[in-house]
Amino acid sequence: MGKCLLVAGRELRAYFSTWMGYVICAAALFIEGLLFNAYAVGNQPKVSADVLADYFYFASGMTMVAGVFLAMRLLAEEKQNGTLVLFYTSPISERQIVYGKFLSALCFSFIIQLLSLYMPGLVFMVGKVSLGHLAAGYLMLTLLGASAISISLFASAISPNQLVAGVTGALFLVTFLILWMVADVVSPPLKELFGYLAIHNRHFVPFSQGIVHTRDVIYYGSVVVFFLECSVRALEARRWQG
Amino acid sequence: MIVAEGLSKSYSGRRAIDGVSFTIAEGEIVGLLGLNGAGKSTILKILGCFLLPSSGRATVGGYSVDTNPQAIRRLIGYLPDVPPLYDEMTVDSYLTYVAKLKNVDHKSVASSVGIVKDKANLNEVGLARISELSHGFRQRVGIAQALVHNPKVIILDEPINGLDPVQIVEMRDLILSLRGQHTVVLSSHILSEITRTCDRVLVVDHGRLVAEGSEASLQSKMFESMRLSLDLTTVPNGFAERLKAINGVSAVNYVPGQGGERFYLDTTGDVRAQVAKVAVDAGAGLLGLSRGEAGLEGLFMKLIKPVEERAHG
Repeated sequence: MGKCLLVAGRELRAYFSTWMGYVICAAALFIEGLLFNAYAVGNQPKVSADVLADYFYFASGMTMVAGVFLAMRLLAEEKQNGTLVLFYTSPISERQIVYGKFLSALCFSFIIQLLSLYMPGLVFMVGKVSLGHLAAGYLMLTLLGASAISISLFASAISPNQLVAGVTGALFLVTFLILWMVADVVSPPLKELFGYLAIHNRHFVPFSQGIVHTRDVIYYGSVVVFFLECSVRALEARRWQG
Repeated sequence: MIVAEGLSKSYSGRRAIDGVSFTIAEGEIVGLLGLNGAGKSTILKILGCFLLPSSGRATVGGYSVDTNPQAIRRLIGYLPDVPPLYDEMTVDSYLTYVAKLKNVDHKSVASSVGIVKDKANLNEVGLARISELSHGFRQRVGIAQALVHNPKVIILDEPINGLDPVQIVEMRDLILSLRGQHTVVLSSHILSEITRTCDRVLVVDHGRLVAEGSEASLQSKMFESMRLSLDLTTVPNGFAERLKAINGVSAVNYVPGQGGERFYLDTTGDVRAQVAKVAVDAGAGLLGLSRGEAGLEGLFMKLIKPVEERAHG
């Protein structure tokens, strides 16, 4: 665990000591702010719960996009710069590397969410929404962000550079996003399978309405662990490839 | 300390190394010598647990690179051909990070970093960002990270690559200072550097180990001829014939100069004593007698020549 935190700490500092972190953070907050004013609040009268649900809908999109940008560099940049050799020749396991990297991006994603808290906070103060609704929405953003980061981290593990990692990560994520559409046009049992695997539609809606189902938490947790373990295997396989 | 038996590694069907076997004793400084692409880095990557061999076996400190890489990683310090540096970090923070990564005891981290900065002459740039450092300093930071945990085995891939002459001397002194305390394996394609710093040379060509031993033993075993350079103030009549008459001299080439006269002698075996005696007896004004650079380079070319010939049919 110590090595995992060591890697996470260095990565987190790297976000703050380069433009990358600030640009991602500023862009995410700027777009979330625009969408909050233009669509979530809007010109038409709405009940507070709907404003909050709309906010979480847009924030979920931005969280996924930010997740791809945050994670695409994590391993691909190490390969590009030749620093991965430092890990391979040090007493640290591939799992510690991957989980440390994941933790750093998740922490940064969490920081972005904290900085966005003033928007739902305004709804909470001015309107009538419960703290539970707010907490459920942020739990969803955290789980969705963690899933996007783990998917993009896997893309980073199998890609030779950041650009390819970003494109591959986005491709994987979009595939998971549109699986619900695929589910609509196929027959059972694939219909149920694709519907369950879709990352946003079925699992997102309850959270945005303030409802937390254990099955949805398990789903996002499974996605995270699956892709992190795939990343571990991809790193282990590099010793065979060179 | 290090044993390699029949090591082979293929990349996409191309053999990078082929059946390489050698042993390195504790405390030795051993150099891997070979042309670019000969397979030196692949051997070092396998010893550093960065790569797995396609076949054969290697152990470092008694641990197998296949089955116990984590134990080996605790024993080794590794400098790849491009130092693994994070540009956004300062030298101090980077070395502290690496020390923790390499299991240096929490209380000893600061002192370990201080020691290694002294060794690598990095005290003046401790607070500088790595992105601001010159190539020479980056190489020094690279070697510092390989030494920070005081490893038993140090693996250096082309440590003098891209350094200027002053930096090469500093790097050479640093490597020589490790003698006895550490087992050092380094690679280079520069023969003179290898022979100055290493106790023993392993010559690699086309992925195969073609010779091993000290420079002297390699020459005595494999190099039958030697080129001597003889500098004189004057050339007495019939001097070239007297040189040719020495047993072991196969050819004499005269190069007239402005501040002195020079002969190149191709010889079989070491006949320097006889040549000096002939020059003194003839009253030629002996200015110098040395083994020409062609000797060292010739040795290397001779070692790899049979493989080249094989490759070209």
